[in-house]
Amino acid sequence: MLKSFKIGGVHPPENKYTAGCAIQVLPTPDKVIIPLSQHIGAPATAIVQKGDKVKAGQVIATAGGFVSANVHSSVSGTVLDVAPVKDAAGLLKPAITIQVEGEEWADEVVKTTKNIDEFEKEEIIKAISDAGIVGMGGATFPTHVKLSPPPGSKAEYLIINGVECEPYLTADHRLMLEKTNEIIAGIKLVMKAIGVNKAIIGIENNKPDAIAKMQAATTTTMGIDVCPLKVRYPQGGEKQLIKATIGRSVPSGALPIAVGAVVQNIGTIYAVYEAVMLRKPLVERVVTVTGESLKNPGNFLCKVGTPISKLIEAAGGLPEDTGKVIGGGPMMGRTMINIDSPVMKGTSGVLILPESKSARGEMHPCIKCAKCVSACPMGLEPYLLATITEMTGDLERLEKEKIMDCIECGCCMYTCPANRPLLDYIRLGKGRTGAMIRNRSQKK
Amino acid sequence: MKQLYVAPSPHVHGSDTVSKNMYGVLIALIPAFICSVIFFGVSSLIVTLTSVIACVLFEYLIQKFLLKQKPSVCDGSAILTGVLLAFNVPSNLPIWIIMIGALVAIGIGKMTFGGLGSNIFNPALVGRVFLLISFPVQMTTWPKPMGFDTSYVDAETGATALSILKEGLMGGKSISELQASLPQVNDMLLGNMGGSLGEVAALALILGLVWMLIKRIITWHIPVSIIATVFIFSGILYLCNPEQYICPVFHLLSGGLLLGAIFMATDYVTSPMTKKGMLIYGVGIGLLTVIIRDFGAFPEGMSFAILIMNAVTPLINRYCKPERFA
Repeated sequence: MLKSFKIGGVHPPENKYTAGCAIQVLPTPDKVIIPLSQHIGAPATAIVQKGDKVKAGQVIATAGGFVSANVHSSVSGTVLDVAPVKDAAGLLKPAITIQVEGEEWADEVVKTTKNIDEFEKEEIIKAISDAGIVGMGGATFPTHVKLSPPPGSKAEYLIINGVECEPYLTADHRLMLEKTNEIIAGIKLVMKAIGVNKAIIGIENNKPDAIAKMQAATTTTMGIDVCPLKVRYPQGGEKQLIKATIGRSVPSGALPIAVGAVVQNIGTIYAVYEAVMLRKPLVERVVTVTGESLKNPGNFLCKVGTPISKLIEAAGGLPEDTGKVIGGGPMMGRTMINIDSPVMKGTSGVLILPESKSARGEMHPCIKCAKCVSACPMGLEPYLLATITEMTGDLERLEKEKIMDCIECGCCMYTCPANRPLLDYIRLGKGRTGAMIRNRSQKK
Repeated sequence: MKQLYVAPSPHVHGSDTVSKNMYGVLIALIPAFICSVIFFGVSSLIVTLTSVIACVLFEYLIQKFLLKQKPSVCDGSAILTGVLLAFNVPSNLPIWIIMIGALVAIGIGKMTFGGLGSNIFNPALVGRVFLLISFPVQMTTWPKPMGFDTSYVDAETGATALSILKEGLMGGKSISELQASLPQVNDMLLGNMGGSLGEVAALALILGLVWMLIKRIITWHIPVSIIATVFIFSGILYLCNPEQYICPVFHLLSGGLLLGAIFMATDYVTSPMTKKGMLIYGVGIGLLTVIIRDFGAFPEGMSFAILIMNAVTPLINRYCKPERFA
C-alpha cells in the first residue's frame, strides 16, 4: 500500500504533458520587472535608484522586517525605474525595472571551496537569508524564518515536498531528474541547518523515474529516505504531506514544527544548494509553461522578472483559443489579466486553458449530496461553511465550524455536482473570520 | 488583446453534475422496474409512466406559473420522484389517485420548501403516505403477481407478506401456523409476491445498489446500516420468541425495506451529510421500522421510519461533524 493522507482528496486528470521535456534555459529578456513583494510578509525596501548600474545577483532591495526576504537583481544593467508596475491581477505593486546590459555577475557570486560538512548551522541559515530564498512551491514563505524554529520547539524530520500534486506542473519533477545530486546536497545542508538526522522525500507515484533516481542517489546517504506516495490531490499540501510521510497530524492552527516537522519544496532545496554552495541568490527558477493548445509546452529556467509573455512566446505563443492564463496549477493557481507581469520567486507554472475549459459550469441548487464533505482533506463541511457565509455571515459559527482550517485546495468545488462556488464563499468567510479573530486578540 | 477569463481557483471541475446523479439512480432502478413489469404486467408500466409524467408536469407548471422560475425539470429529479412514487404504490392503483399522489409529492413535498435541495422530507414518500392515509383501501389492495399481463386494474388481488403476517398475529395465530400462507424465500428474492410495484424484487434492488456504489452515486453507509440494524434487532426479537416475531430474513425481503434502504433513505437532500450522521440515520430507520412492524398497528413501517428520520436529519447534521484532520 502506498502511503497517503487519510481523509478526503480528489484525483483530477494529471495532464503532465511536459514531464518528458528537459529544462531549457530561456534567453535573458531586454528588460526585467522585479517586484519588491514576492513573498509573504513585509515588502522589501529598495536600495537602488533610477539610473544605478546593477549586476546580476546584487541585492537591490533588503528585507523589510523579520518575515520578509531580500530581493536581488536577476540581470546586469541599468535601473530604469523604482515605481509601481501592474502585477498579474492588474494591480499596481512596487517594483524595480531594469534594462538588461551585458551579463555580468556580482563579485560575491562565486563557488565556495568548502565542503558541505564544513558549514556551520548559522552560516547556512545566513546564506539562505542573504539569498532571499522563499518557499518556491507557491506559498512563498521566507525560508530562513521557517528554518529558525521558535524557542522550545525541536525539529525531528525534514520533509521534502517532491509531490507536485497540482495537475499539469512538472518543474519539480524535472529538477529531481536533472539536478539530483544538487538536491541531495541541498537536503543535507537544510538538515544541518535545522539539526535533524532524518529527511524524507515525498514523491507521488506518477513520477516513477524521479522516485528511482532519488532512491539511487540516496542509497549511500544516511538518514535520507524516499517515500513514494499515492497519486491523490492535495498530497503536497503541507499538513497532508506530513500525515502521509510520518503519520503525524498537525493540530488545528498550529505549524508543522508542532509535530517536529519542517517541510521544504524541491525548488526551494535547489535554491538552497545554489545559495550556499555557489553563493548564488534566488534570481532564477524553473517554470512549467503548459496547456492543451500550446505548440511547445515545456519547462523553462528563467530569470526572476522575465515577463510571462516571453515564456509564452518560447512555448509557441498564446494560442488562438486561449480563455485563461493561470499562474500556478489549475487547482490553486491564480488567473492573470496582465501577461506582461513578471515571473516571481513563487511562479511554479504558467497554465493556459482553452476557452472551452475556462468558463465555470451552470450553477444549480445544493442537493446535499455530501460529496464536498467526503472530498475535504481537512474534514470540514464545505457546503455548510459556504451556506453560513452566504446566508447569515455568522462569523462565530464559522469559527466553531473550523473555517480557519481550510487550506483552499479546491477539492470541494472540484467535486460539486451542482457547480456551486463553494470555495469563493469559504474564502470570503475565512477572510472575515480571520479579521474578527485578530480584532478580538487585539482588544485583549 | 482579447479578454481573458478571471476567476478564483479551482480552474478545473470534476465533470460530475446533478443530472448525472439523478439519471444514475434511474438506471439503478431499471432492473427492479423490469421485474415489476414481468410480475404485474403492463399495469406497472402504466402506473409508472403516469406518475413520472404527472410529477414532471406539476413541477414544470409550478415553476413556470406559480414561482415564475426557469423550469428545471431536465435535471431528472422530478422523473426520479415520479418513479419512486410509482414504485411505492400497488400496480392497480387508479390513475387519478396516482396523479393526486404526484401533486402532493411535488407540490407539497418538494416545491413548497423551495424546490430541489430545500425539501426536508422525501417527496415521493410524502406523496405515498398522503395516499396511504387518504385512500387506505386502494393503497392496500395489491394485485397478485400473475406473470406478464396486458390488462390493467382487473387483476386478482391479494395481501402482502407483511399484512398476512400482521393480520394473522392480530388474529391470535402463531408464526408456525401462518408459515404456509407466507411467500417462500426464493419467491421473495425474485419478487414473485404481492406488494407495491417496485418493492418486491429483492435481487433486482440489490443489483441497483451495487451499480450506485460502483458509480459512487451513494456510499454504503445508509443502506448497510439500515439492513444491519433491521437484521440484528429483528434477530434478537426472533430469538426471544420465534412464535411472535418473524425471522430477520423475512423482514429484509418483505415490504419496502430494500427499496427504502437503497433508494428512498439514500435521497441526497433528506439524508445526513457526514458518514457518522448517515450511520445514526440508518440505525434509526432500522430500529423504527422493526418497532412499527413488530409492535405497531401498521404492517409496514419503512415509509414512516424514513420520514421520521428525515425530520431528525437537520439535528443530526448539527451535531455530527466529520472526522476533522486533527
